[in-house]
Amino acid sequence: MAWLSLLPLAIDLVLALTLLWLAWRALTSPDLFRAVVLFIALGLVLGLVWVRLDAVDIALAEIALGAGVTGALLLAALAKLQPAESQTDEVAMMAPIALRLPIALLLIALLTGLGLVVWQLWVPAPGLSNLVDARLDEAGVAYPVTAVLLNFRGYDTLLELAVLLLALIGVWSLSTAPHLGDEEPEPALAALSRLLAPLMILVAAYLVWVGAYAPGGAFQAGSVLGAAGVLLRLSGWRLSLSATGWPLRLVLVLGVAVFAFIGLAVIGFGQPLLGYPQGWAKPAILTIELAATLSIGAILAALFIGGRP
Amino acid sequence: MNSVLVFALAGVGLIGLGLYGLLVQRHLLRKVLAFNVISSGIFLLLAGLARRAPGAEPDPVPQAMVLTGIVVAVAATALALAMMLALRSATGRTRLKDHGDED
Repeated sequence: MAWLSLLPLAIDLVLALTLLWLAWRALTSPDLFRAVVLFIALGLVLGLVWVRLDAVDIALAEIALGAGVTGALLLAALAKLQPAESQTDEVAMMAPIALRLPIALLLIALLTGLGLVVWQLWVPAPGLSNLVDARLDEAGVAYPVTAVLLNFRGYDTLLELAVLLLALIGVWSLSTAPHLGDEEPEPALAALSRLLAPLMILVAAYLVWVGAYAPGGAFQAGSVLGAAGVLLRLSGWRLSLSATGWPLRLVLVLGVAVFAFIGLAVIGFGQPLLGYPQGWAKPAILTIELAATLSIGAILAALFIGGRP
Repeated sequence: MNSVLVFALAGVGLIGLGLYGLLVQRHLLRKVLAFNVISSGIFLLLAGLARRAPGAEPDPVPQAMVLTGIVVAVAATALALAMMLALRSATGRTRLKDHGDED
């Protein structure tokens, strides 16, 4: 049964070809709506690929963010462009063939080169796993990816939270939130969101907690919270006017503020910036993760609503 | 030939398709799509290169970087789409101006 050992490789080849085919169709489909739906499908297949690569964290984030939230953002933007834009003639929307052909040839040459480089680089390299494993005891969490995100490479994560906030400030400065009418939402959607929203909050809480020793953590949990916000928005729920002022803004900046505060406060204990004192890493990381989860969820939902309230 | 190499090369393919879409498509929403395809390709390539040692535990550092990258990509997409909608409401166009276009 030697061919059985080839089965995983065959499945992975099919997955890889599906990825490329979906990407090609999403980029060239004449209908914009179809292009967006194909792009969401691409995100879902990509989630499967991440599972095949043993990267469960990335799979969670890819499906919740890459396929879910990005898809919702694209569909919402498309809905605002309708109806004038979606069916415009495609010939005018692409560069002329005389330009496309040289671009394609140039890219094929470039990408063949990149492919060859990847092929030649394909010798086993230890990477940074050993270094992470050696210091994991001091990290305060037992799961290496969370340790890298919140401890060893805390800078990246702090800056990333700042980037999220900056993107939201950018979106807010471009427009104000569309006023929702008072029409009743569809009963099925309303009932579904009443069932799903509490469940998603529970899943988010679980993901934050489990991130200390298994795949999970603030980003995945925040994505689920953000998706819950998108669902609630679609079913017509909105924040009361008194909550859209400073309480909302407080939740939005909570992640960056708590992370930056703890990162700076440790300097007072003789530690470097973002270096948690001995024995304090676990509570510090948990506090930062809880704050970051709330902020990420709120920012993603606010990005979807798209405009200053 | 192993699975990880297959996915890394698929990542190279995605980068190529995305670059092509970014260059030849004029509609800004399609450019945003192409941009996301490029980023997915880069993530695959990065995570693939980090898993060259067969059978070993995956390297957590590239995984954390990709995780960070996905979140930043979503934020950038949201900002790009908001800018596209603002351009559309200001000028009525959903593509960038070419030479020789009149307003």
